[in-house]
Amino acid sequence: MRDEMKVSLKRRPLTGWPVRAVAVAVGLVVSAGGAGAQQTDITIGMQLEPPNLDPTGGAAQAIDEVTYANVFEGLTRFGPDGSVLPALAESWVIAPDGLSWEFKLREGVTFHDGTPFTAEDVAFSIERAMADDSTNAQKQLFEGINSVNVLDDYAVEIGLDAPKGSLLFNLAWGDAVMVSPASAESNASNPVGTGPFKFSEWVQGDHVELVRNPDYWGEAPKLESVEFRFISDPTAAFAAMMAGDVDAFPVFPAPENLAQFEADPRFSVIVGSTEGETILAINNGREPFSDIRVREAIAHAIDRQEIIDGAMFGYGTPIGTHFAPHNPAYLDLTGMSEHDPEKAKTLLAEAGYPDGFSTTLMLPPPTYARRGGEIVAAQLREVGIDAEIINIEWAQWLEQVFKNRDYDLTIVSHTEPMDIGIYARKDYYFNHDDPVMRTLMAGLDETADETERTKILQAAEEQVSKNYVNGFLFQLAKTGVADARIRGLWENAPTAANDMSAVYWEE
Amino acid sequence: MLRYALSRLISLGASLLVASGVVFFALEIVPGDPASYMLGMNASPETVAALRAELGLDTGALARYLGWVGGMLTGDFGISYTYRVPVAEMIVDRMQVSLPLAFYALFLSTAIAFPVGIWAASRRGSLADSGVMGVTQLGVAVPNFWFAMLLVLVFAINLRWFSAGGFPGWDKGFWGGMKALTLPAVALALPQASILARVMRSALLDTLGEDFIRTARAKGLTRGQALRRHALRNALIPVLTIIGLQFSFLLAGAIIIENVFFLPGLGRLVFQAISQRDLIVVESVLMLLVFAVVAVTFAVDLAYAAVDPRLRRRG
Amino acid sequence: MRALLTGGGIAGVFALAALVSFFWTPYDVEVMDISGKLAGPSPAHWFGTDHFGRDIFSMIMVGGRVSIAVAIVAVGIGIGIGVPLGLTAAAQRGSMLDELIMRGNDLVFAFPALLIAIMITAVFGPSAVNAIIAIGIFNVPVFARLVRGAALSLWTRDFILAARVSGKGKVRISVEHILPNVANLLIVQGTIQFSLGILAEAGLSYVGLGAQPPTPSWGRMLAESQTMIGFAPHLALFPGLAIVLAVLGLNLMGDGLRDLLDPRIRRVRT
Repeated sequence: MRDEMKVSLKRRPLTGWPVRAVAVAVGLVVSAGGAGAQQTDITIGMQLEPPNLDPTGGAAQAIDEVTYANVFEGLTRFGPDGSVLPALAESWVIAPDGLSWEFKLREGVTFHDGTPFTAEDVAFSIERAMADDSTNAQKQLFEGINSVNVLDDYAVEIGLDAPKGSLLFNLAWGDAVMVSPASAESNASNPVGTGPFKFSEWVQGDHVELVRNPDYWGEAPKLESVEFRFISDPTAAFAAMMAGDVDAFPVFPAPENLAQFEADPRFSVIVGSTEGETILAINNGREPFSDIRVREAIAHAIDRQEIIDGAMFGYGTPIGTHFAPHNPAYLDLTGMSEHDPEKAKTLLAEAGYPDGFSTTLMLPPPTYARRGGEIVAAQLREVGIDAEIINIEWAQWLEQVFKNRDYDLTIVSHTEPMDIGIYARKDYYFNHDDPVMRTLMAGLDETADETERTKILQAAEEQVSKNYVNGFLFQLAKTGVADARIRGLWENAPTAANDMSAVYWEE
Repeated sequence: MLRYALSRLISLGASLLVASGVVFFALEIVPGDPASYMLGMNASPETVAALRAELGLDTGALARYLGWVGGMLTGDFGISYTYRVPVAEMIVDRMQVSLPLAFYALFLSTAIAFPVGIWAASRRGSLADSGVMGVTQLGVAVPNFWFAMLLVLVFAINLRWFSAGGFPGWDKGFWGGMKALTLPAVALALPQASILARVMRSALLDTLGEDFIRTARAKGLTRGQALRRHALRNALIPVLTIIGLQFSFLLAGAIIIENVFFLPGLGRLVFQAISQRDLIVVESVLMLLVFAVVAVTFAVDLAYAAVDPRLRRRG
Repeated sequence: MRALLTGGGIAGVFALAALVSFFWTPYDVEVMDISGKLAGPSPAHWFGTDHFGRDIFSMIMVGGRVSIAVAIVAVGIGIGIGVPLGLTAAAQRGSMLDELIMRGNDLVFAFPALLIAIMITAVFGPSAVNAIIAIGIFNVPVFARLVRGAALSLWTRDFILAARVSGKGKVRISVEHILPNVANLLIVQGTIQFSLGILAEAGLSYVGLGAQPPTPSWGRMLAESQTMIGFAPHLALFPGLAIVLAVLGLNLMGDGLRDLLDPRIRRVRT
């Protein structure tokens, strides 16, 4: 489908606007004069502006997209492939009982304000995130930590209530970065970290600028300055790329424009994976969805490929359970919920709804939800389910759907990595109670052996899939666009980040 | 005159008080909460409560209303929930885009409308007049965001004469800023110019029918001379009234255009603040805009009353 | 007269298309055909298909219905509330009530319309009904001022004086004598507000605050077409032209009506 489309789009411009011929001529003249010395600045486009710049004080992904690995660093960090790597901690030793970890810190690291980074800062950062009045959005990352002991300036010991296989993974999150007591309170507007770039300026509503940190402990970045420009409107984003105002848009908001970028040699389109499982979430606690036959009917009413083609213009991978396809433990369970409207109708009749029923479908702002939702509603209509579309904003979604669980159906992408554990949570907004999942997830926490873990994860994937908890649609693709001369951008998005430390312009 | 001014001032104060109540309590019932919005899906209720306390959202609505109104009277607009900076600072920042954009658009619209209106009026009934009337009729009917889309397509994406949007900031040079505001100003100015040209033309034609113009014509002035020397000045009153109205519209009504061109202006600030439930920003900007319009109306009323004593008894 | 006929003709075509759309459209606007998306104009689809493969011609027919309905009801609200207010204010000229009504009008005028619409939808959620309310509210002061102004001059006329002498109350005079004499003004202003309402509805649904999918609306069609304008310009062209033509038609009609109904103005055509 994707290839087909590319061809048809490439042919189309000839029939386009009459100005195009003129534009091509002018464009040639402009680009001929564009060559020059090696560029050391870059402008990165982002759809959303961060509300503040403190990754330990807000959930917005945009905060991490600006600061993660650029301004702030943690004890560990995510690499481009999602693996957990050492960062401010050089090495670590686990006690034989698994109840304490000793971290050896990198020496000679300073914060951007000149204060040295020591074990005291580690204790401060973790204790601050865990405190009662903490406003850390991912406080649960630190669950089970009972002490942080400073051994000497460059050694720290973290004590645990129980063995915690996920500690290094958790410490790699943006919400677990190291901050200094001297600047922690003002990080929201003037972030001070240890990373390769220093905060320079923030023109609210327009851009954030970072500059190279000359005192960086690691390999110096090749870029001298990075500007993150916030462009919420997809059309404006397209225009800004085309006009050269923005050099790269790592998460381009409009998949329909990617074919145009692909057809243009000035740009390269970078398609990677994300941790975003896009699902049609079902309120399992509500009639008629408490009946598994109704949920299964919905699953069979959905044509995933049509949604991917129609809403995402072909970008995305179908999923049959709540798990990322690029993960080695992934099982392809899409067969459990094949597109089969007749079967859906039969199931509905069996459940006592031969003529279908009426319900509502709440859609938050992203394209995948708004556009995907229109298609899902049309597909549900085919089997007799009349889903009224209600477009809502995130603030309302969080309150009404997520917190109060006052909804029937909704579409959302769950972007946290490895989050199948949410199906073991009785109080989660799916309103789904599954003791089997609880047992599985409890077992996972205690298991360190990789093959055992994979087995448990796959059992969980099957459990979620065969219970038809939600409609599983597709894995969100990371669709980025960049000037073809830029190297070193991340292809995938294992976490929300625009790590600029290895980015450079090719001559 | 003084009594009239005083009574108008009292009603202005009352209007503003009513407006502040409506704005504040209407936004109180908006579903969604800034703290939950900022902390996202994984935050525990305790964390949200901690942030609410930090933002001062845990006190009663009435107390917050009084605090807000009291603060505004002393020029303190409060602190933004999401950005954590003083709202007044944010408004001043955004004004640096919105005000010049409004003036630019107004300048373009008058620069186009005046000559066109006068020209059409002086050639009343001719083919040129009909042409102008037709084109302006079309200009009034074109939605400015659609026009903006076409402008971006032609001048930014295809011809690349202008950047598609964004604002470099005045500190990077005056002309760069003006260039960034050009397409948005054109998009805003087209419908305004069309309206203004029509008003100009009809106001001129109205005054041309009046006795003093007939006298002037009788003294031997040509139609064009009479128009330029006498009618123009008298036609300015309705024209200026329309310009005044358009300015306040341009200041507040440019939201859509600011979005098309991703300009960091006042309208987009409010739009974004509503979706982030940064209600204090929404409330303060709305009140500021309402105040601006009410104050201008007040000034205009006073000016009229000073000119025409009959109006003091409210006609 | 020519303006009235041209304008009326254009507006009539849209009205007819909207009416017909209740019974018949070339294609069902709620049925998608993803594999046939973004097709250009052809004999099968006169205006082509959109990003979901829906027929744009059919969507414009149904979208027109929404626009017209929203604008008409909004004008109705303006007249329904504004006219009584204006009549009352004029009848009670100089009273506290008059002052209250006029200051209230000023206040509504002082609010930036689009921001209020955004606020309303933030509270009640986006829908065609809320778009109607948002547009309707701002029609109220327009009609109230218009009627008050016209009524004030009527109150000084001899035939009203005669009615007062014959013992008729203010309410009765307002209804029996004032109202019929401002009817022409209302028709002209109503037409203008109607066309403004269509523009406003397009603006609101462009920012996502109007009728919700799957009901098509012109403004949302434009918003959705925006990212595709480079490779599928017909998506933006036809709904845009529909708005321009509908508004143009109504404006011409309003001008024509004014010439026809108001002999004083016929002298100097605007």
